[in-house]
Amino acid sequence: MSKNGMAGDCLAIEAHGLVKVYGETRALDGIDLAVQRGQVFGFLGPNGAGKTTTIRMLATYTRPDSGTARVLGHDLVSEADAIRARVAVTGQFASLDDDLTGYENLTILGRLHGLSRTAGKRRADDLLAAFDLTDAAARTVGGYSGGMRRRLDIAASLIVTPDLLFLDEPTTGLDPRSRGQVWELVRQIAAVGTTVLLTTQYLDEADQLAEQIAVIDHGRIVAEGTSAQLKSRVGSGTLHVRLLDGEQRPRAQRVLARALAGTVHLAADPLALSMLLANPADATDVGRLVGHAMTQLADARVAVAEVALGQPSLDEAFLALTGHTASPTTDHEDVKA
Amino acid sequence: MSSPATIARPAAAETYQIDVLLTAGQPRRRAGALAASATFGRRAMLKIKHDPKQLVDSAAIPILFTVLFTYLFGGAISGSPANYLKVLLPGTLSMSIAIVTMYGGGRLAKDVTTGAFDRFRSLSVWRGAFVLGGLLSDAARYLFASAIVVVLGLAMGYRPDGGAPGVLAAVALVVAFGLSLSCVWAAVALLIPDPAVVISIANVVLMPLSFASNVFVAPQTMPGWLQAVVTVNPISHVADAARDLMNNSGGAGGPVAWSLIATAAITLVFAPLALHLYSRQR
Repeated sequence: MSKNGMAGDCLAIEAHGLVKVYGETRALDGIDLAVQRGQVFGFLGPNGAGKTTTIRMLATYTRPDSGTARVLGHDLVSEADAIRARVAVTGQFASLDDDLTGYENLTILGRLHGLSRTAGKRRADDLLAAFDLTDAAARTVGGYSGGMRRRLDIAASLIVTPDLLFLDEPTTGLDPRSRGQVWELVRQIAAVGTTVLLTTQYLDEADQLAEQIAVIDHGRIVAEGTSAQLKSRVGSGTLHVRLLDGEQRPRAQRVLARALAGTVHLAADPLALSMLLANPADATDVGRLVGHAMTQLADARVAVAEVALGQPSLDEAFLALTGHTASPTTDHEDVKA
Repeated sequence: MSSPATIARPAAAETYQIDVLLTAGQPRRRAGALAASATFGRRAMLKIKHDPKQLVDSAAIPILFTVLFTYLFGGAISGSPANYLKVLLPGTLSMSIAIVTMYGGGRLAKDVTTGAFDRFRSLSVWRGAFVLGGLLSDAARYLFASAIVVVLGLAMGYRPDGGAPGVLAAVALVVAFGLSLSCVWAAVALLIPDPAVVISIANVVLMPLSFASNVFVAPQTMPGWLQAVVTVNPISHVADAARDLMNNSGGAGGPVAWSLIATAAITLVFAPLALHLYSRQR
């Protein structure tokens, strides 16, 4: 099957004003999207922002209350079956049978994808080998680790190579090594020309994988662009400070928040703090601001090991764009001045 | 395909040799309706294989009903076991299968809430395959439950005058009726994907239907209003039909015809409804 579909149609997904209302909640409140073919498109937002609802809708599980979309050139509502034949979904919701083995899961899906019994068995064996799951093939999926499970989920989406792959939070809950494995898989899938739309709560994940990122919050896209474009929209830069003594971090946080009149992030590193600098009138202001902050820290007898001025992280970008952090975890506590 | 590394893993992300797999063209054709249904049936059977406890409910009800009701009501009804088993056993068979149908609904409701169901719904296969595949495995359960009733009956002294053909015909009829009830619970489960709720609803319907029937007691002893209920109750007709077939007391076969009509009518209403509920987008 051709990867290009209809000639001249270069968009994998084209959506206008998608709305989904559940009771009182507008889960999607007018989503516009344009995803190029062959692109890895990142959908970034906190829990409940509407990421999964968007994927469910574009993968034809959920009907839009209003708005229109074309997926791989097919109308979302009237040509749902044509879309189903060419997309695959992996994620929090589209998953596998826990009480069957990895091999059984793949062979059943192979048959449902129209493979012959022999071809389905061969494909299952190949996928299990390629995903390093041969040893676990005969075990029921319920006993798999999170990383193994996610790999099998992705393998299940590749029984027939899809033209468009939806990955709903592919690395949520995985340890760093398993995350790295999934990232590598996504890159390889994209390399053969499959369009990937992935949702994530992790800013570094979108930064790592996605060529184009849409930031979603409360059912609306609040920003869109490349990682660099989003960062540049946010401000001039970030002040990173590393202390000698972690005990002094709360004091340093108070001093910085007062000195620069802004919000101080506590990084995962117990010695580190960071702070977004407001857009200064001109570049020389940056030096003056940082100098002032350092003087204040010295006056407060906070021992500083390292100071750096850098581009804002995507996390800080999200905070600036939506007014709250993307991460639901306690990695970042904010103290307002 | 290259064999995966099983020993020392590099600290960096491993690379999988998936590019060859992805570019190797797979024949992309729609799975046939029958192949897809059979696959869903096989899926259900594999689930039983991995967790045979699933069959406990399909076994417990027939054992309990057959033994309990035979000795509880047997003496009060008509003297010797051999005599009253002729009346009671076909009734117990009908009632057991009817009751066992509710567990299929519960299982479907549980299935609907899993991620696997979501993945199946995103496939381009005939929408009826999932429901039909479920019915295939239900049929296997009902045959299993029927076998238990028949074997227990024979052990307790039941001698069917209809012989093996009569017993097999009765079992086929009862299983067919059970499958029509399966369609009802499938529709309920797809409407309300909560196993506890589906089982409760099935109980509320099946318990009165099972007891307000001619399974245990002849309707002539009942007050008029109840006789009216018993006479229209499909379980009464199925029980009568099973008696006719197993005991070769059939005559014109009225109860058999009525049972088949009831089975067809229930199926024609609820099977399309279940299909519609399966394929609707939420």
